[in-house]
Amino acid sequence: MNSPDAWMPEPVRVLRRKQELETTWTLELEPGQASKGAFAPGQFNMLYVFGVGEIPISLSGDPGQTDRLVHTVRAVGPASRQLATLRPMATVGLRGPFGTGWPLAAAEGSDLLIIAGGLGLAPLRPAIYHVLNNRERYGRVVLLYGTRSPDDILFREQLDAWNRLPDFDVHITVDHAGSDWIGKVGVVPALVPTLAFDPEDTVAMVCGPEIMMRFTASALRDAGVDDQSIYLSMERNMKCALGHCGHCQFGSTFVCKDGPVLSFDRLRGLLSLKEF
Amino acid sequence: MDDHGVSSVISLDGLQCLLDALARRGYQVVGPRVRDQAIVYDELSRVEELPAGWTDEQDGGHYRLKRRNDQALFGYAVGPHSWKQFLHPPRVGLWQATVVNEDRLHFEPVRDEAPRYAFIGVRACELAAITIQDRVLMEDNHADPHYRRRREQAFLVALNCSEAGGTCFCDSMNTGPDVKSGYDLVLTELLDSDTHHFLIQSGSAEGAEILSELPGELATDAHFSAARDVVERTRRNMGRSMPKTDIPALLMDNLEHARWDDVAERCLSCANCTMVCPTCFCTTMEDTSDLEGVTAESSRRWDSCFNADFSYIHGGSVRNSTRSRYRQWMTHKLATWVDQFGTSGCVGCGRCITWCPVGIDLTEEVRAIQGDSSPGEQT
Amino acid sequence: MKSIAQLVCEHPFFQGLDSEFCDLMCGCARNVRFDPGEYLFHQGENADYLYLIRHGQVALELAVPGKSPVSFQTLHDGDVVGISWVLPPYHWASDARAMSLTRAIAMDAHCLRKKCDDDPALGYAVLKRLLPILTSRLNATQMQILDVYGAPEQQP
Repeated sequence: MNSPDAWMPEPVRVLRRKQELETTWTLELEPGQASKGAFAPGQFNMLYVFGVGEIPISLSGDPGQTDRLVHTVRAVGPASRQLATLRPMATVGLRGPFGTGWPLAAAEGSDLLIIAGGLGLAPLRPAIYHVLNNRERYGRVVLLYGTRSPDDILFREQLDAWNRLPDFDVHITVDHAGSDWIGKVGVVPALVPTLAFDPEDTVAMVCGPEIMMRFTASALRDAGVDDQSIYLSMERNMKCALGHCGHCQFGSTFVCKDGPVLSFDRLRGLLSLKEF
Repeated sequence: MDDHGVSSVISLDGLQCLLDALARRGYQVVGPRVRDQAIVYDELSRVEELPAGWTDEQDGGHYRLKRRNDQALFGYAVGPHSWKQFLHPPRVGLWQATVVNEDRLHFEPVRDEAPRYAFIGVRACELAAITIQDRVLMEDNHADPHYRRRREQAFLVALNCSEAGGTCFCDSMNTGPDVKSGYDLVLTELLDSDTHHFLIQSGSAEGAEILSELPGELATDAHFSAARDVVERTRRNMGRSMPKTDIPALLMDNLEHARWDDVAERCLSCANCTMVCPTCFCTTMEDTSDLEGVTAESSRRWDSCFNADFSYIHGGSVRNSTRSRYRQWMTHKLATWVDQFGTSGCVGCGRCITWCPVGIDLTEEVRAIQGDSSPGEQT
Repeated sequence: MKSIAQLVCEHPFFQGLDSEFCDLMCGCARNVRFDPGEYLFHQGENADYLYLIRHGQVALELAVPGKSPVSFQTLHDGDVVGISWVLPPYHWASDARAMSLTRAIAMDAHCLRKKCDDDPALGYAVLKRLLPILTSRLNATQMQILDVYGAPEQQP
């Protein structure tokens, strides 16, 4: 994308809105003229809410379906709270897609370890759709998903459906649960050593809160996965998404254009630095 | 010197002819003037408006205009302004959103009146800074149209520096004091007890064309030699110097150095250094809407990595402490900038030292991390 | 059918342990089973047994006044339930509830402690196997305390 004015959004309609969790909503938007609905799994759009401002939101839909742009939003800030209230036919401003995607071409032929925490499942879902759309190109898929409690599990029916597929294992763990929960309780990194996988032939894609990704990446290293085969989706303040405003810098990296998906060998060392 | 390298020697009248020639061509001429007890960049039409006979005294947290013993027009170092404010203005309107038919949004770019600027007296460090901002704002996938429009139309009259300030260190950053390329015309002020001339050389076709219209005399070896003496004298008078070492490696290997705590004790996180820095480019987006809620405008204004909101992600700022913000600023300027854009982000102009209210000196901070600050050295 | 000695020595907790030591401890072991919902132990009770899960799932829980109990860790095939048996005054620090039919080996804590006291080399070998469990429990607790998935503070 190299429009003459990459700063200016284009108006698109909300097609559908669905409540996923108490404060989490999925919005389907009509695709813009600029991208025509095409995106790479892991990329994000800048969504503008009239009078409030723009925020980066990852795409969470099927990259094979270009007739809509799907975003899953947690209503926590002024813009995201506003986004979550939009009804079908309302308009938002759209710029994008921006950023790097998950390494799906490089991962062909390998087993995949997809590790999500909380809302981090949303940016990984397009990668899962892509794998399912091109199932023969990938080996075994293991999805590890951690949330705060059973009530915070996103896309629950889909997780169940994926778990029923051949060569696709879904492991869900929660930080704490009541006695009606029959699944696992514990943190995501602790599950890594219990998995049977070939670390030499596995590509790991991790998305979640930074601290969860940090511990997960080190559990993956301990299990023998190379830093270059571990990918994280980083989050920093993004204003322009074009590498110009400077806000999203993480060391030499502009998270908006060099990321958000970055291999762990570029991040290790800096991730554990306080306030870097 | 390239094909456009025509040269001549002009007088003060010749300089006035240059200002006139630029104005005639439709340029908005901007140059140094005295205002509010500082030398700032502002519109200029007469040679008499230049700060004749003024110089400046600069040190950490200190700037004062002083009278010179001569009538030099460019006998001072850089002031608080840089050309950044013209090419990359502090505030630019981006677009307007309007609600039409109840709920449909319409986006319209804000009209961007980009003047054709002619800058008078662009010093070597400033030319280097413009080159750096060119790289940042024009040479990636998404060139900034606002910067590009201004930059591509700008006419640069550079200046070989005849006065090093107390906080100058361009020589150790290899950016000055002599101008090497990237200008339309370059002046060297040649002043002795009887004569006041300018050696003028062209660096572009348009520059050569304008030069040919100016009344002047032939530049001789003596003039060129005098011009070389000017910059060599300036080179010897640099008030500061950046240590000669692999600074990116030094800083990135010392991200937990105790010196960051030390500088955090002094730094007020006021963002002055980033505002006066001619290469700092960070901006934020601002949205304003009218009272009726029908139109909203998005604009871009300078921001600083010293501001609390700069690194805000839901939940809080990534860089909450002054220590982390100073570290971000300095490691970006001197280290990660090299990875991102191929050069240091510092040109050695010294503004961040002069305009820091507490006189923090980044060359001294580098030296302290390098570990060669001698005991008892004043902080 | 496998002997209890085989079951003990093949359990991941004791895997690789010197066979002499292993044989020594088998005298403390017996097979047990718990039905879903049945408690292995309750907080505050004497920690008289160490359980090696063979098959099943066990939740460690804490009772919260006015609420249903909160589970903070589940344990599965090959895991060990209970650390408190080795630390005086030998009282359980949480409840342990079988979530599904759970077959385990119960090791008598008095018997085990005596053997460890009598043979410090055995005691050291056992402790070395227990410590990683303790530290991973601690690491997990640290992450849970951070509540990393929790709703972020609202922007002012």
